[in-house]
Amino acid sequence: MKRSSVTRWGLGLLLLGLFGVLGGTTVGSQGVEMWWLGAPDPVVQQIVWDIRLPRSLGAWLGGALLGLAGAIAQGLFRNPLADPYLLGSASGASLGVSLCVSLLGGSVTSLGLWPRLGMTGAAFVGAVLAVMLTLSLARGVQQTLRLLLAGVVVGVVLGAMTSLVALMSPQVMQAMQGFLLGSTSFIGWSACALMALALGVCLTGSWALCRVLDALTLGESTALSLGVPLPQARLLLVGLLSLATGAAVAQMGLVAFVGLAAPHAVRSLVRCTHGGVLVLSALMGAALLLMADVLARSLLAPQEMPVGVLTAVLGGGYLLWRMNRVGGGRA
Amino acid sequence: MLERCLQRLMFAMSLALSLALICTAAQGITVWDDRQQAVVLAKPAQRIVSLLPSLTETVCALGQCAKLVGVDRYSNWPESVKSLPRMGGGIDPNIESIVAQKPDLVLLAGSTRGIERLQSLGITVLSLEPRTHADVKRVVLTIAQALGMPPTEAARVWRDIDMGVESAVQSLSAQARLQRVYLEVSPTPYGASESSFMGETLLRMGVGNILPAVLGPFPQINPEFVVRSQPDVILAGDSSRQSLLQRPGWAQLRAVKQDRICVFSQDQSDVVMRAGPRMAEGARWIAQCLNQTAKGVS
Repeated sequence: MKRSSVTRWGLGLLLLGLFGVLGGTTVGSQGVEMWWLGAPDPVVQQIVWDIRLPRSLGAWLGGALLGLAGAIAQGLFRNPLADPYLLGSASGASLGVSLCVSLLGGSVTSLGLWPRLGMTGAAFVGAVLAVMLTLSLARGVQQTLRLLLAGVVVGVVLGAMTSLVALMSPQVMQAMQGFLLGSTSFIGWSACALMALALGVCLTGSWALCRVLDALTLGESTALSLGVPLPQARLLLVGLLSLATGAAVAQMGLVAFVGLAAPHAVRSLVRCTHGGVLVLSALMGAALLLMADVLARSLLAPQEMPVGVLTAVLGGGYLLWRMNRVGGGRA
Repeated sequence: MLERCLQRLMFAMSLALSLALICTAAQGITVWDDRQQAVVLAKPAQRIVSLLPSLTETVCALGQCAKLVGVDRYSNWPESVKSLPRMGGGIDPNIESIVAQKPDLVLLAGSTRGIERLQSLGITVLSLEPRTHADVKRVVLTIAQALGMPPTEAARVWRDIDMGVESAVQSLSAQARLQRVYLEVSPTPYGASESSFMGETLLRMGVGNILPAVLGPFPQINPEFVVRSQPDVILAGDSSRQSLLQRPGWAQLRAVKQDRICVFSQDQSDVVMRAGPRMAEGARWIAQCLNQTAKGVS
């Protein structure tokens, strides 16, 4: 019964994602293009196939990464408020971007060797380094509370350092602003490939470790007594969490609330073990971000709204509504 | 036999020559951007998108406004650009709208987001970010080159700007030149130092600037620095109007007590703060302010 409902929801969300991609290639700030009705002119073709398609796929992949990361974080820390940015990856990525812009004066493309490395690479390296810093401050992953606190400390300190770098030069300020407004507008095919690769690795890895997350819901000592190799499994899960977050943040900037809201939405729909939660959260995050993205490009057309602004409003609203509903049910 | 060989040789040589000619023609125009990278245009740009107001204004000052097919949301001069399609701003350029305009050249600042994305879509991008008088001159010359205009024409446009600045400098009274100035560009607060284009204008006027060049063109300053420096005049943009007098300790500033403050209107601020062809008009606004504040003293 449970399994079939998980499959049903999974297929439903996948279908929703497919419709989202179809919608995403049709709708944009340049209006609606019914590209499937006939052969449009080359510019429309370029807009549909080289801009809207990678962007829609990218939003789907990025949302999936964030949803998955959120589910891992909430399972790992046994805390429904845990979100993918918890271990300092967001502030690490921001610091990476600001350092990159201030050292290279915004001229990241001039490196030539690998144009996509630059701000994207700096964000990813920053995110991973920040998580490693958190881990070393927490002296490993054994104690959840230490890990959470270290994550908060690293987040605050790196955030302060970012502000310091940004204060030194106004052009960093502008680049930082752009980064903080998460956006899918700049996702191309190479970004899609990178995120697909990360999603593949993270989904397989976390799926293999879903029994550990199940055991963890019973408490750490119970999990240990069940013979779960907790330290190693935790380290792996933290690695997957930071890979998923880093890959998403590096390509899109900071997109709020998707990672927090997707697992909540999944748990409100189905009650199942972590295997189901992980996959469904990824699919849910993907569908959420993709739909938000389609909405963001059409709401103010021909202008575009950065999708991060929209997810913050929608995700915040959703959590508030859900909180009130749960609270009301209890009262 | 020999004749045939010669004929073939001649044919081969003429082929090589024509190929070489085609190649040179295909090389088109090469201009250098702010990163000292060569940007090659097959032919003079005909459809231009500009994502920086000062670059929009430069294109128009060169008399090529008609070639603009899209501008960023902050470009508002000359009047004709207000009706052009908007392509977002520096932190959120609208890639789809830009591609839809089929531009053969996109002008933008180096800090604009998504430059690589535009390039990967096959769009020619020229990044220019003027900060000093020399930059403005270089930008005028570079854009003129990209538009296929003769260098003399660009030189004339620059000469007009330069002469405009000079006449503003000359219009300053001797009394006005004795003042020391704090010029605020944004209420965060950022000021314009001696190494910014506005600072250079002030230097040419012989007016003192409380922010030395070593701080960088647009340093962030703290209110205490201004109180300690006691500028004779405060110049600020419209965005500083509200917060200027509420900063701690500023009520006691000499310039505030003697009401020697010029807050430019939004339109005037655009002119004063943009390193572009309207630099001369900006210099006139500054000179007018300094002349008035100097009169107030005497």
